[in-house]
Amino acid sequence: MKVLVPIKRVIDYNVKVRVKADNSDVDLTNTKMAINPFCEIAVEEAVRLKEAGTATEIIVVSVGDKTCQEQLRTALALGADRAIQIETDESLDALNIAKLLQKIVEEEQPQLVILGKQSIDSDNNQTGQMLAALTGMAQGTFASEVVVEGDKVNVTREVDGGLQTVALTLPAIVTTDLRLNEPRYASLPNIMKAKRKPLDVKPAADFGINLTARTSLLKVTPPAERQAGIMVGSIDELVEKLKTEAKVIS
Amino acid sequence: MSILVYAEHDNKNLKTETNKTVTAALKIGGDVHVLVAGTNCQSVAEQAAKITGVNKVLVADNAAYEHQLAENVSALVLEIAADYDTIMATALTTGKNFMPRVAALLDVAQISDIIDVESADTFVRPIYAGNAIATVKSLDTKKVLTVRATAFDAAGSDNSAEIVTLSNVTDAGISSHVKDELTVSARPDLGAASIVISGGRGMQNGDNFKLLDGIADKLGAAIGASRAAVDAGFVPNDMQVGQTGKIVAPDLYIAVGISGAIQHLAGMKDSKVIVAINKDPEAPIFQVADYGLEADLFDALPELEAKL
Ligand SMILES: Cc1cc2nc3c(=O)[nH]c(=O)nc-3n(C[C@H](O)[C@H](O)[C@H](O)COP(=O)(O)OP(=O)(O)OC[C@H]3O[C@@H](n4cnc5c(N)ncnc54)[C@H](O)[C@@H]3O)c2cc1C
Repeated sequence: MKVLVPIKRVIDYNVKVRVKADNSDVDLTNTKMAINPFCEIAVEEAVRLKEAGTATEIIVVSVGDKTCQEQLRTALALGADRAIQIETDESLDALNIAKLLQKIVEEEQPQLVILGKQSIDSDNNQTGQMLAALTGMAQGTFASEVVVEGDKVNVTREVDGGLQTVALTLPAIVTTDLRLNEPRYASLPNIMKAKRKPLDVKPAADFGINLTARTSLLKVTPPAERQAGIMVGSIDELVEKLKTEAKVIS
Repeated sequence: MSILVYAEHDNKNLKTETNKTVTAALKIGGDVHVLVAGTNCQSVAEQAAKITGVNKVLVADNAAYEHQLAENVSALVLEIAADYDTIMATALTTGKNFMPRVAALLDVAQISDIIDVESADTFVRPIYAGNAIATVKSLDTKKVLTVRATAFDAAGSDNSAEIVTLSNVTDAGISSHVKDELTVSARPDLGAASIVISGGRGMQNGDNFKLLDGIADKLGAAIGASRAAVDAGFVPNDMQVGQTGKIVAPDLYIAVGISGAIQHLAGMKDSKVIVAINKDPEAPIFQVADYGLEADLFDALPELEAKL
């Protein structure tokens, strides 16, 4: 079974982003970048499926400029077999990303596509579901367990009330949640090996898709700062403040 | 303008978050219809008909919609989408799951998790775990939006809108429901509670979460957790508050043994009053706390329970 894993290059999750002074966007100059944590979980899940003998080949794909090759190499070092970069300098809406990925799905015919549930930069939580819609596949989003059985995959999903398990006909789309697995670190020999694994570059413009922006970013501002608070010296003082000053308990 | 709001419910009760999404819809302005898709969900439709400002409630009552499977629900919404300029759902698990499917099938972008409406095509939403706030204009003729309920007040319930039954049934046939393992709790819903007390890795184990029970009982609070506490298996996943968990904005949020990582803050920093109890005076949670108490939680919690 072929598994396709689309991944995204994003700000490192430990870095607090700054907003540009002219409020046009966030400022990512010289910012540490990484694979989106949820995408890393997706790669790990594919590698585990391969180790279990379920998956035969893992293809990672990323849409972006040359810099995203760094994340594709990381995914190769983690165990993916080959990589595709869909090259564009534009920052595309999730719908356009999904349309490009749809083309890769048509070319590669994977049985399973595993994506992160959201990227920690735009926080959209859309691409996997959109790709499922465009390809007509079933989807198991926010997965904490994925079990492939014959021509079906059972996906346990993290939902507001707890867990929900659905059975999907393959080919299907899975998006990962935090509890699906704990990604490994790439070993040095695997990082070296990854340099020789195939990485195809395909210009986004070659796919014949209208990639016109569907949204326009009018401005980006920092969030409202909270008023500085105070330290209290005791539980008595805390309870007193909550009753008489904040008036949130009685 | 006409707007469709998708109702979040469990086939019995309408979630109050739907009332908040209706408020967002009313801010855009126009006729507001609420779609209730489920099975044996007539009582949900009746509750939806009471929401102030709603003009009509549509009910699609069929087994295909019982578990809100994205493949079926998105097909249903698509069938009636032509009648609406804007389609909205609450950014809870159901809406987050199926709405991008609707957007893609309509060939339009989705704007996720809006916290404000500037006009019928321009919306405000947090990005980067709430460390930046984006104003985004939709260039599509049809808008597909999910709404962060905590950012809007709930619409009232003094209405009696017309209820119309839809006969559409779509079972895409590519997915089926296997089982639910839902957390049973007598406490208020995290998203709806006016007081939330959350524990983090500092709680050390699941048993120690009992230290929060007595306090939650006295305050009528919901109990939440950090990702670290969930990952460690102290408590179930549905208690996670944060960027990638639940977003809460209660009147009072008490963070206990939680360091205050940006991902956690993203889920609670719009709370009205924040209390932090932590033994590390340098913990970043103190920077957003209105009242900070530097203390060992194992001393502080029993004392707090006794003094409430
Ligand atoms: C992609 C991604 C998504 C994430 N999403 C979320 C999310 O949605 N929600 C979330 O919460 N996190 C999320 N995280 C994780 C986040 O980065 C932090 O790791 C997590 O919030 C830490 O949890 P914590 O504060 O409980 O643990 P820690 O950071 O370990 O903090 C424990 C705190 O407890 C205090 N403490 C210990 N013992 C005691 C004691 N006896 N008395 C008093 N205080 C004590 C310590 O001083 C410390 O401050 C995410 C991370 C990633 C990468």
